[in-house]
Amino acid sequence: MSAPLLSVNNIEVIYDHVILVLKGVSLTVEQGRIVALLGANGAGKTTTLKAISNLLRSERGEVTKGYIEYRGARIDRLTPWELVKLGVVQVMEGRHCFQHLTVEENLLTGAFTRSANRAEIRRDLEKVYDYFPRLQQRRKSQAGYTSGGEQQMTAIGRALMAKPSMILLDEPSMGLAPQVVEEIFGIVRDLNQKEGVSFLLAEQNTNTALRFAEYGYILENGRVVMDGPARDLANNEDVKEFYLGLSGAGRKSFRDAKHYRRRKRWLA
Amino acid sequence: MTFFFEVLIGGLLAGVMYSLVALGFVLIYKASGVFNFAQGAMVFFAALTFVGVQEQFGLSFWPAFAVALGAMVLLGVLTEKIVLRPLVNQPQITLFMVTIGLAFFIEGLAQLVWGTNVYPLNLGIRDEPIEAILENFDMVISRFDLVAALVAGVLVAVLAVFFQVTKIGRALRAVADDHQAALSVGIPLKTIWAIVWSVAGFVALVAGLMWGARNGVQFALTFVALKALPVLILGGFASVLGAVVGGLIIGALEKLAAVYIDPPIRGGIESWFAYVAALLFLLVRPEGLFGERRIDRV
Ligand SMILES: Nc1ncnc2c1ncn2[C@@H]1O[C@H](COP(=O)(O)OP(=O)(O)O)[C@@H](O)[C@H]1O
Ligand SMILES: [Mg+2]
Repeated sequence: MSAPLLSVNNIEVIYDHVILVLKGVSLTVEQGRIVALLGANGAGKTTTLKAISNLLRSERGEVTKGYIEYRGARIDRLTPWELVKLGVVQVMEGRHCFQHLTVEENLLTGAFTRSANRAEIRRDLEKVYDYFPRLQQRRKSQAGYTSGGEQQMTAIGRALMAKPSMILLDEPSMGLAPQVVEEIFGIVRDLNQKEGVSFLLAEQNTNTALRFAEYGYILENGRVVMDGPARDLANNEDVKEFYLGLSGAGRKSFRDAKHYRRRKRWLA
Repeated sequence: MTFFFEVLIGGLLAGVMYSLVALGFVLIYKASGVFNFAQGAMVFFAALTFVGVQEQFGLSFWPAFAVALGAMVLLGVLTEKIVLRPLVNQPQITLFMVTIGLAFFIEGLAQLVWGTNVYPLNLGIRDEPIEAILENFDMVISRFDLVAALVAGVLVAVLAVFFQVTKIGRALRAVADDHQAALSVGIPLKTIWAIVWSVAGFVALVAGLMWGARNGVQFALTFVALKALPVLILGGFASVLGAVVGGLIIGALEKLAAVYIDPPIRGGIESWFAYVAALLFLLVRPEGLFGERRIDRV
């Protein structure tokens, strides 16, 4: 079997030289997959994605142990610019559109690292509009005045303009109505199947993420506590109780919670 | 009435000179959120380098311009590399303080290299009334002012096209909006900042030449930056168009006030009226005429 598209190997991340946030995270993304990175608020999902995309440094974070490979080569010393050129783009939590630029200008900034000619860029722009017809209607509006869903679409479309093989997508569902979330995840799946873009998807919305992803990792306090095929995770009793808010047997007892902790430690 | 128009037009044209200086501030403020206190020093440095190489090496206009421009670009790139890059993520006030230090450094450097003499700067444009206008409209309009206005107009048009249409210009605006997001799509902040400082250096050179030709190249050039302040308050700190319109308004107000308000009160109004006008304006519209309103919706 060939090397995975992306592999994160036992990385440790420290902010401000003292705050240890990731305590040995490992994960892999195979070519053409959608992989979910799940966990509660503060678990370290964003930090993991930023460690990969090398956006940590601008926040005084640092990978102090472990290493990250993309297509079998180390990428942890590259600049974000070099990484985007290689085909790895992050869509940040909270969309981060350029508020005063129009939707179309936002999309065009995504092609900054490419040396493609106008016609090529135009073609890719049309393609983004095919996936996100709503953006075509809003293309002349300032991004800051579009809805949350449209901004999320703009942010994903902007990343697509870089012609990535892999998108690191951070909490796309945040603050959006359920049907918009459904729409966006549907498009992500389309992009994955038709364009072959692989996704590493950080989500608190475990339920939706597990429906669209093929594989999942669960992060707690900076450690991976569980991983497996999405279907297995969705059917796992602990996941059901702690992340999906379902529990067949009513409230679990304290002992069961302890059993879960033990299991967590063992898995870590 | 002719006299009124003469004063008004003279004021507008003088205002263009303020716009030139304000533009330099706007560029850097837009891209990095830094109020660059050193802009006045840059104007001084640029003009002094220009006349310096002209004197020392007997260069004609364009070679001297090229050398001065090269010096400004170098200054811009080094400022980004040595002064600002280590301070990424620091609070704005820190960056502002750094530009104050930078201003002193640049002023000192300029005088160290070229001495402290006052140099005349002759661009070959005479500061005298244009005869055609004098004969046909009975108005005194300075040829120099008109040329300065044209130069500024061309400069602004070029900058506007650069910002709106080119890939680098779009990236500059993107960086101005959101550093993190710009990084995430692969826009190299360092390159962009170096470009911005270089462009600001270019603008400073043009402003320095115009002001130097009018008042002589001397230390007092650094103070023209102070005149840019009311222009910025009026026009908005982040708007190229604002710098232009703000400059025009301030220029016109100053001259009109000097002619129509000053005589009865004898207050030397031309030197302070702009600040009072800016203060009053600040009360009404703090973001300036063309300031980008913060878009607050989530
Ligand atoms: N820039 C930072 N400096 C210091 N601590 C940080 C910084 N960013 C995040 N953290 C801390 O790291 C932990 C993980 O955060 P994050 O990766 O954002 O989690 P998630 O995305 O899963 O919500 C949190 O405890 C958070 O407080
Ligand atoms: Mg997060």
